[in-house]
This record gives sequence, C-alpha cells and structure tokens, in this order.
Amino acid sequence: MVQRLDYLKESPSQTAGPYVHIGTNPNWVEITGVWNGDLGLVLVGPDTKGERILVTGRIFDGLGKPLNDALVEIWQADADGLHNSPEEKRGRADPHFAGWGRQPTHRETGEFRFETVKPGRVPYVDGRPMAPHITVYIVARGINIGLHTRLYFADEAAANAECPVLNRIEHPARRETLVARRGEEGGLPVYTFDVHLQGHHETVFFDV
Amino acid sequence: MSDHKGSYFQRDRDWHPPAYTPDYKTSVLRAPRQALLSLDNTISEMTGPVFGHDVLGPRDDDLITNWAKTGDAIGQRIVVHGRVLDENGRGLPGVLLEFWQANAGGRYRHHKETYHAALDPNFGGCGRAITAQDGSYRFRTIKPGAYPWPNRVNDWRPAHIHFSVFGHAFAQRLVTQMYFEGDPMIWQCPIVGTIPDKRAVEQLIAALDRQNTTHMDALAYKFDIVLRGRRSTLFENRMEGN
Ligand SMILES: [Fe+2]
Repeated sequence: MVQRLDYLKESPSQTAGPYVHIGTNPNWVEITGVWNGDLGLVLVGPDTKGERILVTGRIFDGLGKPLNDALVEIWQADADGLHNSPEEKRGRADPHFAGWGRQPTHRETGEFRFETVKPGRVPYVDGRPMAPHITVYIVARGINIGLHTRLYFADEAAANAECPVLNRIEHPARRETLVARRGEEGGLPVYTFDVHLQGHHETVFFDV
Repeated sequence: MSDHKGSYFQRDRDWHPPAYTPDYKTSVLRAPRQALLSLDNTISEMTGPVFGHDVLGPRDDDLITNWAKTGDAIGQRIVVHGRVLDENGRGLPGVLLEFWQANAGGRYRHHKETYHAALDPNFGGCGRAITAQDGSYRFRTIKPGAYPWPNRVNDWRPAHIHFSVFGHAFAQRLVTQMYFEGDPMIWQCPIVGTIPDKRAVEQLIAALDRQNTTHMDALAYKFDIVLRGRRSTLFENRMEGN
C-alpha cells in the first residue's frame, strides 16, 4: 500500500442548453427587473485607454448554418497587455477596461458583436511575446463542454508570424482559422472572426 | 521547470463528456472533429474576470421571490447550498455562480420553449450568488419539474438546475448541471449519458440534506462544485524569474 493522493475530480461539464440566456442574459429574454442589466454587455467607457475596435462574427455548424442560440464570452488584456484580474501580477490594468464581455448570438443572424480595445502583447510562458489576441469561449445547446479559442488580428502579420502559440499549430492553413479579417465600420476598425465548428475550415480549439 | 509554476492541472477529458455524442443529436453538427490544441497555461488563461458583491441584487439568491408579481413561486420549496472547491480541496472565495432552471411544471420562461406545461406568473427562473471566504454559497428556489425535449421522440430531462461558474482564472470556467438524489430519470437522459463515467455523473447529483432544511419552509439539497486545481508553486516566483 502507498499513501493515497486525495485530489478531487473537477465537476464534469454539461451543455449550457438552449435556455442558457435565462441565467446569463435574463433581460435579453424578457425576464426583466431581477437584476439591473445583463453582465458583460459593455467593455469600454469614455476613459478607456487604447484603440477602439469592433469584434464581430458568427459560429457555423457542420452544415454551414450559423448558431442563433449560442453564448460567446471574450477575455483579453488591455491596451498595455495587462489583465483586469487579481491574478495579474505584472502591474495594474486600466481600471476603465473590464477585459471581459459576453453576448448571445443574434436570434436571426447568429452574429455576435463587441466594442472593445485592441489588446497589447502578453508574454508566453517562456517570456517571448505572444501576438495580440482575444480569448474566446463558446457554449451552446449541443456543445457538451465549453470551447476555448483565440482571435488574432490580420493586421499583425509580423507578430502573428512569431507568436509561440500560433506556431504550435502544425498546419499553416489551420493557423489562419484564428486570424480575424479587418474591415471598417463607421470609422472604427472591425475585425470579423467566423468560427467553424466542423469542416475544412474547422477553427482551432484549445485544451488550455 | 519555472515555465509551469502555478499552472492549472490538466483537464481530464475522459471525465468530461466528449464533444461528439450521437445520442444527444444536436452535438453531431456542433462537435469539433479535429484534436484540440494542447496549450500550456499562459497569463491569458491564468487570469480571469472577478465580480464583486455590487453586481448582486438583494434577491438574486431567492428564486421564490425574485420575479414574484402576486405571490411566491409555486412548487416544492428548497434550499440549494454547498461549496465551490478546487481539486486540492480548497474552498474558493469570490466565485460568481449563475443558475437557471425550469419552473415546478418543467417549463422555461424563454422564447424557444415549446412544452405545454403552464408558465408560473411568479417565477422567472434565474439567480446568482458569490461564494464566501470558505467557498460556500446558498440560494432558495423551487424544485424544477422534468420536461420533454426534441431529441428521440420520448426523451425527458430529469429535474435539474443549470450552473455557470467563474473561478479565479478563465482556465477554470465551467458550465454544468445539478441533478437531484433519487431521481430515476437521471439514468435515462441522453445529456447525462454524454458523461462516460458513472462516478462522474454521481458528482453532479445533489444529496438531500435533512440537516439544513428550513423549519416549515424548505427542504435542502447539498451540491458541491469542483473547479480545476493549481500546482502549489507560486505564480509570483515565475514572474520574478522573467
Ligand atoms: Fe434545462
């Protein structure tokens, strides 16, 4: 006999289901007055530092149909590469930037949309800088365990080329699934990040 | 070795449901088919949003009254309580829990709901809590009903409460469901059945807790939630080394 390791097991995941919005965005499903506003709708305010950007996209199933019942969360560093989190030990992040956002995908179009700032660079575990990125987390009916991925920026080609995480992806074509294309909307840069759950363009998802 | 200090334990993907589970039909077109990219925890995943008590309203932890219009919600009154722990067995303070559920008849207040059971005009179905210093939480609600759902023609969900959990790091983010001790329908449900190991399912079944009932008010169920644990070496050391 040896001594016993007494670690607990992580609680297993279950799907968020079709009614996830009742718990996360009750005002969006007309359950109003329980709390003031749904969390995560606004990331930036008038005093937030950094370049304003829009981030938008859709999540496609294996037949190319956008999910109109999903929930998307983003988590990112501020313009200087610091996170608004007690676990951030490198400095104090911009107090006017939440860094976390959450949106249901649109009931008809399946689109999600965040107004945020372009994040600064954050070091990898060995200290090399990663390219600017936004962590994306997706739950929905039919997804048994939440999906983690990352949005990178098409206009950061040099940083992307040396990003230690992007370079972990064996096939260059698959790296491209994480790069949001840049456009413009109402004077703001808009980055479109379409997520493909299956198929030739299946997005790279992470086991973080 | 300094690369890995303080990172989170690798997620046991054999304990969680896999993505592709054909008995739960919606997963067939929504399950990624490629291997996940395994990634050492970086600062992007080892940090996460934290929510203060200022986000909570006074009745977020009482679903019996938080959407009441003319009186209390109808149904078996229950208290759900427990602790949020990590895999090291430590209570985790400051964890935001969001929960949602059907009413006592099994009906959700949602535009996509098609079940015939009646809406309860006094029941919304959402609540929130933030764990105390020892990881404990508590809320009051009514026991949700079972409901049929479009999968195979005669599939019913066992009574359950959905939970969304924010730990201290985005790597700990978890969405799951709580079931009730003694419910035979747990073992007939294709969504429960996505979890391969019976012991893992049992981890989601709340125990009837007669020691914590509220006199002449509510039964109690105890439900502990475990989030990923973390290597014991301090994160700060790693940063000093950089
Ligand atoms: Fe449900």
